[in-house]
Amino acid sequence: MKALSAKLWLARRVLGAWMGVLILLPFGALAQDAPHPDIPDTLQQRIAACTACHGVHGEGTPESGFFPRLAGKPAGYLTRQLKDFQDGLRKYGPMEYTARQLSPEYMHEIAEYFAAQDVPYSRSPLPPLSPATLKRGEELVTHGDSSREIPACSACHGTQLTGVQPDIPGLVGLPYDYISSQLGSWRTKTRATVAPDCMNDIANRLSESDISAVSAWLASRELPADMHAQPAGSVTPPLHCGVLGDKGDGA
Amino acid sequence: MKRVIAIVILALLALSGWWLFRTQARQPVSPSASEVTEVTLKDPALIAKGEYLATVGDCASCHTERGGVRYAGGRVLPTPFGNIPAPNITPDRDTGLGGWSFEDFWQALHSGMGRHGELLYPVFSYTSFTKVTRDDALAIFAYLQSLPATKQAAKPLGLGFPYSVRNSLKAWRALYFQEGEYQPDTSKSDEWNRGAYLVQGLGHCNECHAPRDSLGGSQSKPSLAGGQIPSQNWYAPDLSTQANGGLQGWSKQDIIDLLKTGQSARGTAFGPMAEVVQQSTQHMRDEDLRAMATYLQSLPPRVAVAEQKSPLDTRPILAQGAKVYMERCADCHGKDGNGVAGVYPPLNGNSSVNEPSGINAIRVVLLGGFPPVTKGNPRPYSMPPFAQQLSDSDVAAVVTYIRQSWSNHASLVMERDVVKNRHTPID
Repeated sequence: MKALSAKLWLARRVLGAWMGVLILLPFGALAQDAPHPDIPDTLQQRIAACTACHGVHGEGTPESGFFPRLAGKPAGYLTRQLKDFQDGLRKYGPMEYTARQLSPEYMHEIAEYFAAQDVPYSRSPLPPLSPATLKRGEELVTHGDSSREIPACSACHGTQLTGVQPDIPGLVGLPYDYISSQLGSWRTKTRATVAPDCMNDIANRLSESDISAVSAWLASRELPADMHAQPAGSVTPPLHCGVLGDKGDGA
Repeated sequence: MKRVIAIVILALLALSGWWLFRTQARQPVSPSASEVTEVTLKDPALIAKGEYLATVGDCASCHTERGGVRYAGGRVLPTPFGNIPAPNITPDRDTGLGGWSFEDFWQALHSGMGRHGELLYPVFSYTSFTKVTRDDALAIFAYLQSLPATKQAAKPLGLGFPYSVRNSLKAWRALYFQEGEYQPDTSKSDEWNRGAYLVQGLGHCNECHAPRDSLGGSQSKPSLAGGQIPSQNWYAPDLSTQANGGLQGWSKQDIIDLLKTGQSARGTAFGPMAEVVQQSTQHMRDEDLRAMATYLQSLPPRVAVAEQKSPLDTRPILAQGAKVYMERCADCHGKDGNGVAGVYPPLNGNSSVNEPSGINAIRVVLLGGFPPVTKGNPRPYSMPPFAQQLSDSDVAAVVTYIRQSWSNHASLVMERDVVKNRHTPID
C-alpha cells in the first residue's frame, strides 16, 4: 500500500513537473519578447539613440565621415569616449547630451556591443597630396620624429595600426577627414581625456602639415587582412598615458 | 534701454529695501557664537542623516562641476542676469567651508547670507531652503564637514552691473523672500506635512516648477503651477494632479514611479528632471516619496485655459505631421499615442507634450536620448535624435500633430519655435 502510494506520488510529481513545463512554456516564450510583442528586448533596440547616427552595427557614415564608425573599436576605448563626453572633456553637444545620464555599467555594455560588431571597412576619398607629403606621413607613423619627441604611431597603436586591446583604437580604415579633425580637436581643446593626455601632447608637437601628412598616409593604407585590434600587452607604450593607467614605461 | 530701466528700478527698490531692512542688518557671526561642538559634528548617525538629506536636496548637482570632485563647486549656473558659479562646499579651509561654524551655515541656508553678512544670490535656492529645520540643517552641515577637503577656488562671478551689486538683493529679498522654517499644518496628516516639507523645502521643486518674472522672482501663488526654466529653456510642468493640472490623472504610484525609476505609466523624466531623478529622488526612501506624492496630489485644481483657435488653416500642417508621425514615431509610441508600458512613454495625455510652450516636445524630438539610468531602470530604452533627419518644418508639423491628437488639445508650434531650440543644452 505504502509502495503504491509512493509510486502514485512519484507519478503525480513527474506529471506535475511536466504540466508545469507545459504551462510555463508560453510564458517563457512571452518573457523573451517582454515587455511588448513588437518591441524586442535587445540592447540594439534600447540604443536607438546611438544607432540612429552611428548605424545599427556601428558602421558610421563612411561616405561623409561625419558620424564615426564604432564597429570593432576596442571596448575600453569606446567606454572611455562616452565617459569623456559625459565629463565634458570631449566637446560635442549632441554626444554630451546623450551620454549625460548613462551609468558606467550601461556605458560599458553599449561599448561592448559596438566593439563586437564586424562590419567591412570601406575606403574614403583622399585630398590630392604630393608623394613627399605621403612619405613624411609614413615616416611619422612608423618612426616618429625624435627631434620633436614625437613617438611613432605604431609604438602604441600596434605594428599593424589596427589598435591594441582594450584601450587603444586602430588608425587604419579611418577616413582622412576623421583623423585630421581629431588631431586638430586636441589642439583646439575640444577633445581631451584624463591626464596625462598623451595624444594632446603629440598633437601639439605636430605641425599642421604633419597632421595632413599623417592623416593622408594612414587613410591611404591598404587594409591588413585582419583588422581586429591586437591582443592586450602587445605593445609597450613609450609614454605615460592617463587612458592606459600606468602601462607606459616613461616619457 | 532695458538695462537703464532695470538700474533705476533696482536703485529705487534698493533704497526702499534698505529702509525696510535697516533694523535687521546682521553682523557676521563669530565662531564663538556657535553652540555646536566638534564632537556633535563627528557623530556618524548625524553624518549619515545629513548625507541622505544632502541627496534629497540635490546639493551635489549644482555644487559639482561636470567630471569634477563632488561638492567642490565649479558648475556655472546660467541665469538671465549672468553666470553664477556654485562655490566649493567641501571643508577646505581656504576655498571651501573649512572655517565655517554651524551658525555660518545656518545663516546661509536659512537667511541667504554669507559668512560675512553679504547677501547671497538667490540662484542658491534659499527661498526654499529657509523652510529646512535647524536639526536637518545641522545634519547636512555635519555631512559636508565630513567630506574630504578639496582645494578649488571659486570661479569669478559672471554678472554685469547692476546685478553685480549685492546690495541690490535687498530689494529683491523684500519682494520675493520670506524667511522662516516650515510650519506644519495641523489639520493635515503627518505624511502630508512631511511631503510638503520636502517639496517646499529641501526638494526646492518650486524653483523650477513655477513661472519667474522679469526680475527672476518665483511666483509662489499658485505654487508648483509650472514654468519655463530661464536660460535652460526647458518647461517644468504644472504639478497638480487634479482637474486641468499638468499631472491631471496621475496616481500616487505614477508620481512615485517617476521619481524612483525615471519613468511612469504617464511619462518619462528627461532634461533637467532626468538629472534630478538620477542624482536625487531615486535614492529617496519609499516613505518620503509617498509623502511627496501625497502632498502633490493635494495641490488644487487649476483654472481651465480656453483653447486657442488658430487663425491658420492647420489641416495641411496636421496632415504633414501625421505622415512624419507614422513614419518615425508610431513604431514605438503607437498609432494611438499610448506608448508601450514600461518601455516607451505615452504621448497621449503626457504633461510634457501638452505643456503650454511646446519647448519640451520640440527638444525631445530634436535631441532624443536616454531616460535617466536608475536602479529601477538600469538599461532604459532610448529615443533617436531627429535633429539631423527632420527639417524645421517637419519637426513643427509632427509636434503640432502630437499636441493636437488623441486627447491632446495643446497649441500648435511654428517653425520659428523649432529654429530657436536647435542648439543642444549641455548645462
